[in-house]
Amino acid sequence: MTFGTTVPHPGQPLTQPGGAGDGLPRLLPARGAVPVDLRTHLGRLGQPPYAGQAGRLIPVLQAAGLTGRGGAAFPVHRKLAAVAKARTQPVVIGNGAESEPASEKDKSLLWISPHLVLDGLQLAAEAVGSDAAGLYLHRHPRLLENLHAAIAERAAAGMDRAGVEIFEAPHRFLAGEESALASRVNGGPAMPRFKPPMVFERGVAGRPTLVHNVETLAHLALIARFGPDWFRAAGTDAEPGSMLCTLHQADGRRDVVETELGTPLRSLLTLDGHTQAVLSGGYHGAWLPAADAARMTLSNADLRPAGAFVGAGVLAALPADRCGIAEAARVARYLALESAGQCGPCFNGLPRMAAAMAEIASPRPDPRAVTDMIRWAGLVQGRGACHHPDGAVRFIRSALHVFRDEITRHGQGRCVDPARRPFLPLPDSTALSAADWS
Amino acid sequence: MKDQLRVDPTVCSGHGLCAELLPELITLDEWGYPIVADGPVPRSLDRHVRRAVTDCPVLALKLLPAR
Repeated sequence: MTFGTTVPHPGQPLTQPGGAGDGLPRLLPARGAVPVDLRTHLGRLGQPPYAGQAGRLIPVLQAAGLTGRGGAAFPVHRKLAAVAKARTQPVVIGNGAESEPASEKDKSLLWISPHLVLDGLQLAAEAVGSDAAGLYLHRHPRLLENLHAAIAERAAAGMDRAGVEIFEAPHRFLAGEESALASRVNGGPAMPRFKPPMVFERGVAGRPTLVHNVETLAHLALIARFGPDWFRAAGTDAEPGSMLCTLHQADGRRDVVETELGTPLRSLLTLDGHTQAVLSGGYHGAWLPAADAARMTLSNADLRPAGAFVGAGVLAALPADRCGIAEAARVARYLALESAGQCGPCFNGLPRMAAAMAEIASPRPDPRAVTDMIRWAGLVQGRGACHHPDGAVRFIRSALHVFRDEITRHGQGRCVDPARRPFLPLPDSTALSAADWS
Repeated sequence: MKDQLRVDPTVCSGHGLCAELLPELITLDEWGYPIVADGPVPRSLDRHVRRAVTDCPVLALKLLPAR
């Protein structure tokens, strides 16, 4: 497989972390996609700066304003504080199960900067008073081999205080959901469960469990070294720092880039006449008309009012000559196949919604398909044990809205792309039907 | 803190008994799965709520502290 290449954000000086100002990139080396080995990592950043006491890092993270980079953007210090105050010794897991087919950033980070993530894992473990840590990720033989080697190298160097174990996640969309992660690490299927109890209260081995996305841990490792002000030199006041994004350009190019929060979307994606719409937030995210996206920045402040969000940094520009409804139908089918099948509304609703989307994508669709879809969307929303139905509804509703002119065209028997060439990346659906959740 | 009625959707298999016992708060969707009214449970319905919770054949209906 290929890992994303790193392309520095245009206009940013290529300084190392801790260098002058807000120098980006911070998480990945300025050039190339060669893994940073332990010697290079230590030469650049030194040993992980252990605080010497549980809890000390938490106010630092609060001052930095770091939020989770796995998609939910939850304040990191609050999660740590909740776990740290538990009476039972907690478990800390780095979540690298990047299940979103359109996202490559966690794989790139783990491939290129494994020691930054592993530093973050150690520092997070210390912060909550844990000596048991894990890394959870999909089965990619080369990546796993690299990470096992990195962990062994650190053990030999006596760097790590918490033991680190690697757990393999199945290639399912929901495998990275926190409670699915806890279930898998506990030896069960990687399926979400009903909350409460929350995973931070009761997760791995019944213990309070801190789950953080691997990119979040990498930022944490740098904040522990360089402090909140350094972190805040990039980004906006409300959404500080930088983040990794996976960009899908209208011409088919794909890149992983690190950019500041608050970067104009038009400097990340080419939003000229060749792009009709932008998908923000991946397959649980939302479509935006290209003209609207061109006025927005990479921030929840801009995106949330438009029904979208930053999420895990997936941004895709749909070319003007492709059918957005056909794309939405492909993704809707994928999301339906990725239902864990545990919750009635999701199990019943998503396949019907996917079928209705396929009907709307066909020439002269039955007009009832749209009204059915709107009713089913209302029925499944908020009724799953996880947010899968909510994410699917968000994606589908935004497609119906943004591509409404295309729906009109289909009603007249026309389509912008009668050949329906696929654009967004999706795994082979026959592989999905062999549902392996373990 | 008031209690809130919730369904564990991973356990619910759509028997529909809850909607018969507690039609004031629970209706069924077109696939037979319960839709529970939002908000705290009115005290006047306490007895019926407890009955619905204990009588669910798969114990999917739960009375939880409001979030």
